[in-house]
Amino acid sequence: MATKHSRMSARLMISPAVLLLLGWMLIPLSMTLYFSFLRYNLLMPGMEEFTGLTNYRFFLTDPAFFAALWNTIALVVGVLVVTVIGGILLALLLDQPFFGQGIVRILVIAPFFVMPTVSALVWKNMFMNPVNGLFAHAAKALGLQPFDFLSSAPLASIIGIVSWQWLPFATLILLTALQSLDQEQLEAAEMDGAPWIKRFWYIMLPHLARAITVVILIQTIFLLSVFAEILVTTNGGPGTASTNLTYLIYMQSLLQFDVGGGSAGGVVAIILANIVAIFLMRMIGKNLDA
Amino acid sequence: MGRITLDKVRKAFGDIEVIPPLDLTIEDGEFVVFVGPSGCGKSTLLRLIAGLEDVSGGQIRIDREDATNLPPAKRGLAMVFQSYALYPHMSVRKNIAFPMKMAGLPQDEQERRIEGAAKALNLTDYLDRKPGQLSGGQRQRVAIGRAIVREPAAFLFDEPLSNLDAALRVGMRLEISELHKRLATTMIYVTHDQVEAMTMADKIVVLRAGNIEQVGSPLELYNRPRNVFVAGFIGSPKMNLITGAEAAKHNATTIGIRPEHLAISTEGGAWKGEIGVSEHLGSDTFFHVTVEGQVEPLTVRASGEVSLSYGDTVWLTPNEANLHRFDAEGLRIA
Amino acid sequence: MARSVSTRRKLITTVFAWAIGIAIFFPILWTILTSFKTEAAAIADPPVWFNFHWTLDNYATVQERSNYFRHFMNSVIISGGSTLLGLIIAVPAAWSMAFVPAKRTKDVLMWMLSTKMLPPVGVLVPIYLLFRDLGLLDTRIGLVIVLTLINLPIIVWMLYTYFKEIPGEILEAARMDGASLRSEIIHVLTPMAIPGMASTVLLNIILAWNEAFWTLNLTAAKAAPLTAFIASYSSPEGLFYAKLSAASTMAIAPILIMGWFSQKQLVRGLTFGAVK
Repeated sequence: MATKHSRMSARLMISPAVLLLLGWMLIPLSMTLYFSFLRYNLLMPGMEEFTGLTNYRFFLTDPAFFAALWNTIALVVGVLVVTVIGGILLALLLDQPFFGQGIVRILVIAPFFVMPTVSALVWKNMFMNPVNGLFAHAAKALGLQPFDFLSSAPLASIIGIVSWQWLPFATLILLTALQSLDQEQLEAAEMDGAPWIKRFWYIMLPHLARAITVVILIQTIFLLSVFAEILVTTNGGPGTASTNLTYLIYMQSLLQFDVGGGSAGGVVAIILANIVAIFLMRMIGKNLDA
Repeated sequence: MGRITLDKVRKAFGDIEVIPPLDLTIEDGEFVVFVGPSGCGKSTLLRLIAGLEDVSGGQIRIDREDATNLPPAKRGLAMVFQSYALYPHMSVRKNIAFPMKMAGLPQDEQERRIEGAAKALNLTDYLDRKPGQLSGGQRQRVAIGRAIVREPAAFLFDEPLSNLDAALRVGMRLEISELHKRLATTMIYVTHDQVEAMTMADKIVVLRAGNIEQVGSPLELYNRPRNVFVAGFIGSPKMNLITGAEAAKHNATTIGIRPEHLAISTEGGAWKGEIGVSEHLGSDTFFHVTVEGQVEPLTVRASGEVSLSYGDTVWLTPNEANLHRFDAEGLRIA
Repeated sequence: MARSVSTRRKLITTVFAWAIGIAIFFPILWTILTSFKTEAAAIADPPVWFNFHWTLDNYATVQERSNYFRHFMNSVIISGGSTLLGLIIAVPAAWSMAFVPAKRTKDVLMWMLSTKMLPPVGVLVPIYLLFRDLGLLDTRIGLVIVLTLINLPIIVWMLYTYFKEIPGEILEAARMDGASLRSEIIHVLTPMAIPGMASTVLLNIILAWNEAFWTLNLTAAKAAPLTAFIASYSSPEGLFYAKLSAASTMAIAPILIMGWFSQKQLVRGLTFGAVK
């Protein structure tokens, strides 16, 4: 719908963005792929040699890999469940008329703006610390034994922290979607004699479906690569109890300087992420076209 | 001067040819209306003239100069868009000044022309408002003002009235006609509304599927439609088109008769029928009459006094002198 | 139209909503409160709420001991720089896609989105090595480059959805009025897109400010922004709650305020316009 001239300028103007992103994708990706077939340790420079699939064999048979895979899934699913259900409930609540809506909205959204390192440290030290944390104080006040969250239930604690960070996001999006629901639809349903719970189930929830898919998609992208929260709370421990794939690969490459092994892990992570992405895009495709 | 010549101009989007090669000459000072149903290519044709789209073939000449490959700004044309396309962040004054600013006109000349346009268009009191604070009609006038100050070779209007309500539309129609008389500049006006075409045009170009169906003055088109399509498109209410045995009697595949050329009687006539819906406009009444052997009801114009009710039996008689005959291809027979 | 709700019901909802709102906000509130306490008061059991000796010492100490201001400036430069650079690259791209769509435009957009699905850890090693060899490790410019690239798809998408809402006719009018492509973008498109651009900038600054994978892995001391600076409180300084709180408060305050202003745009930006 335009002239040759404008089409040409358009192509010219889009190319920097496309080329940069293409470079950003292809160069490191091919390097990762290349390294993954090498025996390459930063502590032994000049010793690189081709080892075929050895790195993959080691990485994929490492018990830590399965632990990390499981932890990654648990983390993503756990946070998704908490934030989606919590988000729906919160959105329904905040959609009701009450005094100070604006302020409560601001309070609820706040955790999303807290950087991961800060929220992890605050929760770890000031709340979950078994001696001086607020939870420990509360437990003692109730005559209970303080619970050492990060040692005894590291993964669950991290799920808790990450959920706190992402609950606002889910709430905000679901609330926005809820508010875009045509009131006349609800009134029509009410005229038709549908009680609240049926109105929720048959009208609000289907209306929210798209927003819920979006929440799941976006959060999954970010949750697959949770890193800082683990780094500053548990360092992946105890053992591998709270190591996810991202953290495992980080340890392998930057703490053990095993570039080859880390790269193999990177390739595995990319493949897994792609599987998830394809799955998600399918689901989204259905919901987003409308 | 604003003589625009299209020479074998064609346009294709990919493999789809929306405008097959087409010739058209628009004389200087003429008010030409492109009319046709939506999707007929009339807006595309206008955009080709404007330079907002490339032609796929042929030549566009403006005052004998080849403008085929000139960018829009260099063609010396001004356009008024359907959505008015005012710059929402600029005041009315700045909107009108924009083309002059782009052309680098001196400040005092800009001021002079803005004052002139504002006075002509009744915008003087609104010069410092933003478009968002104006009514639809005022916005329309600002868009026209922005076009006038360029003193273009020709004005292009792309369905400028379709966003206005009915009453305003009639008023703006008169204003634009008035403007044309005063400026005597070429105007090309695109609309799907045949009433606008009939009331404003010196010359109407009826388009269908990118083809020119007929070019002529409003009355030529009304009185001597070249084919069935034009016959059905021009005129309101529509011309009655009759096929089958009745048409064959007149040695035609289709015959057409306008509502005002049918006489209605309760006593007798050529075709017997039954009154359906009647529309009373006061001065006139339109009866929709179901005639035996015809699928579509015929529309008849009668004086406002005639009182007939739903279900009454009537006879219709066509005025033979005003009968239009069309052959199997839909073309007019002599 | 909405019906009036009984005051009783409204009051109950109010209490409920406020309780939940405060509960969610509580960790932040507690951090801010603690930042004004002495270390002893910070770990007091039972906890002290408001009746403690308010002090600003912690802020002074944090600045003095770990040069908070330098890290703050790093954060500002990195998030501001990457946003500016991203905008310069993204505005023309979004213009093209919104106003001169081609057959491939949708595919290009989807592809850009898909680069966000690439797990950063998958390219950690090569980026780390490239940065090491190019001398970009622990430099602001290095982080600006990385953050620009990772947020570029979001900027392009956001601008695209905002540009899409500007009627093409207005740009055509400008073209008819004799504007060149440059003046079309500067005089017509940009002023009309300012609200959209502002929220794009805001959201991008927030994302860049809080980014904590690349900033942690590619910086040491010199170029470390606040994310990395706070991570250094992991231990044992983390046990000094008051100082940790002061540092945390300073790290999150600017973005918290910015975020509150842009919550509406946040929805739109982060969902790529899928929810408005």
